[in-house]
Amino acid sequence: MHELSIALSIIEGATEEARRHGCARVNAVRLKLGALSGVAKDALLFSYELACEGTALEGSRLVIEEIPVTAFCPRCEVERAIASIQRISCPVCGAPTPRVAQGREIELVALEIAA
Amino acid sequence: MSSTPRLVEVRRNALKQNDALARALRDRFHEAGVYVASMVSSPGAGKTTLLERTLAALRRQWRVAALVGDLATENDAERLARTEAPVRQIITGTVCHLDASMIERALEGWALDELDLLFVENVGNLVCPASYDLGEELRLVLLSVTEGEDKPLKYPTIFNTADVAVITKLDLAGAVEFDLTAVRENIQRARPGMRIIEVSAKTGEGMEAWLELLTSRLNPRVGQYARRDD
Repeated sequence: MHELSIALSIIEGATEEARRHGCARVNAVRLKLGALSGVAKDALLFSYELACEGTALEGSRLVIEEIPVTAFCPRCEVERAIASIQRISCPVCGAPTPRVAQGREIELVALEIAA
Repeated sequence: MSSTPRLVEVRRNALKQNDALARALRDRFHEAGVYVASMVSSPGAGKTTLLERTLAALRRQWRVAALVGDLATENDAERLARTEAPVRQIITGTVCHLDASMIERALEGWALDELDLLFVENVGNLVCPASYDLGEELRLVLLSVTEGEDKPLKYPTIFNTADVAVITKLDLAGAVEFDLTAVRENIQRARPGMRIIEVSAKTGEGMEAWLELLTSRLNPRVGQYARRDD
């Protein structure tokens, strides 16, 4: 389980950004998590809570937006949402779609702070 | 007290530090003219045996070395050291994957420009290594015939992050009734267009194609200068 390592990286990044923007208290950290990121959402949420203890982010929530995989279909010549990471191919014409456009993200998007 | 949350946009990769370090490593490898190939697989897929045979075969013509990650023991490094290629062990403790900082630390004091090819053997794990860029040029995912044909569908993410799939222990395929056609299909489903190599490090079957795949990527000019005299 590497979600604890990922959680620590998120906390480090968020703490750095909070300091940079002069935020005293972070209520939540918003994250985009791709279906091909290799990170399990539930394990990450669990790890985040644990890893926050004793840090400036203690008590903050991790809000995860799950990002589906999209890939460019060379036959339809358009970007398509891929139905399953077990079949990286166009859901319309069935052509293999090696060019994955999104779905690998582990991206810090925003910090929610008290108004 | 008003509680409308205020949003501060940040937009940064959560693994920014690792990725920046991996990029720096990649630049360093390019400058030094060393090709770096990493290997991932489940425990027991035959990474170390394949590496042993590969180092021994390539050492005659190329300057090869290996970094091997393991949770606890130095057994792998000891086995590989018998090939007389330079080998360093990275003991990760409880950490289930290598990251770029571990590679950077392990390289301290190593003259990279004296190498043509460096292998990085990841910890045996098909899940955790997927998220970490190590600065490698080529990521190999190994799958032994004893593991079953559906591994690529059970672990599609790691297959999707890899460049080449290596099916190992080919000599056992008959004994375990391994369906090569099915595994090839499953690999293509998880990673369309992926190159597949099938080998037995034990009998040598497929080793020629495997070694060719590696050496075709090495800089021939550098290799020529590097050619050993023995």
